[in-house]
Amino acid sequence: MPPEPDLEAETEAEHDRISLAFARVLRGAGLDVPVGSTITFAEALAAVGLDRRDDVYWAGRVTLLRTPEDGDLYDRAFDAFWDGQVEVTTPAAASPPLTLAFDSERDEADGEGDVTESGPTMQVRYSRAEVLRHRDFAAYTHAELAEARRLMTDLRLAGALRRSRRRRPTNRERGRPDLRRTVRRSLRSGGEPIDRAFSTPSRRPRRIVLLCDVSGSMEAYSRALLRFVQAAVVGRGRVEAFALGTRLTRITRELSSRDPDAALAAAAGRVLDWSGGTRLGDGLREFNDRWGVRGMARGAVVVVLSDGWDRGDPEVLGEEMERLARVAHRIVWVNPLKATPEYAPLARGMAAALPHIDDFIAGHSMAALEELATVISK
Amino acid sequence: MTDVKNVDEVREALAAHDYLADEGLATAIFLALRLERPLLLEGEAGVGKTEVAKVLARWTGGELVRLQCYEGIDAAQAVYEWDYSRQLLHLRAAEAGGGPVDEDELYSERFLVRRPLLRAIAHEGTQPPVLLVDEVDRADDEFEAFLLEILSDYAITVPELGTFRAKTPPIVVVTSNRTRDVHDALKRRCLYHWIGHPDFERELAILRVRAPGVREELARQVAGAVEALRELDLYKPPGVAETIDWAQAVVALGSTTLDAATVEVTLGTVLKYREDQERARSHGLEQLLNAVERPQRAS
Repeated sequence: MPPEPDLEAETEAEHDRISLAFARVLRGAGLDVPVGSTITFAEALAAVGLDRRDDVYWAGRVTLLRTPEDGDLYDRAFDAFWDGQVEVTTPAAASPPLTLAFDSERDEADGEGDVTESGPTMQVRYSRAEVLRHRDFAAYTHAELAEARRLMTDLRLAGALRRSRRRRPTNRERGRPDLRRTVRRSLRSGGEPIDRAFSTPSRRPRRIVLLCDVSGSMEAYSRALLRFVQAAVVGRGRVEAFALGTRLTRITRELSSRDPDAALAAAAGRVLDWSGGTRLGDGLREFNDRWGVRGMARGAVVVVLSDGWDRGDPEVLGEEMERLARVAHRIVWVNPLKATPEYAPLARGMAAALPHIDDFIAGHSMAALEELATVISK
Repeated sequence: MTDVKNVDEVREALAAHDYLADEGLATAIFLALRLERPLLLEGEAGVGKTEVAKVLARWTGGELVRLQCYEGIDAAQAVYEWDYSRQLLHLRAAEAGGGPVDEDELYSERFLVRRPLLRAIAHEGTQPPVLLVDEVDRADDEFEAFLLEILSDYAITVPELGTFRAKTPPIVVVTSNRTRDVHDALKRRCLYHWIGHPDFERELAILRVRAPGVREELARQVAGAVEALRELDLYKPPGVAETIDWAQAVVALGSTTLDAATVEVTLGTVLKYREDQERARSHGLEQLLNAVERPQRAS
């Protein structure tokens, strides 16, 4: 039975209406659904029809999702929407609020403030920035943190250069002949390739992967380091960032917002295990499995920001570090505790990881982070 | 191919060409054909992403045009290039003949080398080709932006010659291993599907089709053992490609059933990491085979 024109227009409107409503539910559940996808979904509904639940389910999945991680959220939203109860709660809203607090009283209450003793009394008037440069992050006040943030934005992270397969023209008479340009030029000389052109391989910066420990023992530092990570992500295209706690969370996307406060809030919403324990080995394992060994860490500079206190099995950590070392260009471990004179890498996790690290540096102050930037680019 | 009527028709047509797609993949392919949109497939290595393009080409009768991406790939390798040595020869010949050198002549179709993207867009046949852009995550961002432009209007401009426009757009399959995120703009242009590992029954069905020399009992054992392996928390859980290899390896050794000794000598065909093999051994190879019994009884 062919539908009458009126009916057809009506069905089309129906598809649009459903598509829009469902998109709204998905957005409410925390998914990013662009308008273009909504239109595609409506077209897809027209193509598969509304008769079979499976068809509708997959039509939505294929047109509205762009990563498999969103699958669970989609499933829940789909069930809720198509089976009647449109109440979809946002998991992000349920997550604990920002522990990114900027008051330093908290740290003292934690009672592990030994590292923070250095500095503040010797405020000979250099420029304020100079004092800040050597000050331990744990001792920062809110205002100082804001200033450090400005300094961090100036800090340019660039991975070490490597040869790319892409070639670029050169004016020197060396390298491989560039036939395209040679032919062009020979037109000028009546067809004789007198003026020859050459090309050389271009160079590209390596990818930088930052793994930031967000466990309780790192709390005093992670707020500053995350600012640093955020500045790095915004500053350049080839930086990836992960939060490492009891589980691994990719936060590149969240941190790539230009506004640091919004970016950190988004990241905090994403990281569910803020200030919990650390299982470094398991976190690294997940990183290796899902991202690193597949390609993200290949030839990259991997930076781990952690104090090495690990509740997991140190053997796992050692094994995963070895795996990572086999694919990465360099591994840089930044440990804020290293700045303390009597520090020795005795934490079991740290000891297990040490043999696989190329550079082991402190990361407790702006000056130390500047050092990190130099190490990364070498 | 916009005349396919429904998802089932797609599934049956693929099955007729030895590819067993599940509901999700069949829907994705159906919509890609129907809405004339590129299909972006992601998934673990060895789950059959590339195979989708090949089977589509067999089914539709369109030519399979494959573009393997790699780091540093650029327009000269992906779209078009001029045949420089012939151009130079032509210039010399014109010079020897005393005639003038005409630039238009030098940059004409006869010196144009068509690379995959141009071949797929400027095709002559009645059946649109199947364009496979394989492992797009290996190419860099610049190339992706470029690809997006071509996939948006199915047209390519060669400054010296003019614009090539597809009469009927090619069927486009883009695959990614997810070593990095494909850019959002490209994802939005495409329909997206994640191919996961098949369940026991589907894997068994795939074995029957793809490895016809394997007896039913062995196929069941292999499919069951692979399913058990995937539970083991391995670095690289075996994909369908490994399952097929494994079954064929066992047959090649002259065995008709899977026992611990056979598993031991053929383990390298399914597990490609030393650590994974050790993990499987410490779990117990007998254990893997016991897991096999379960689905058999269930059926």
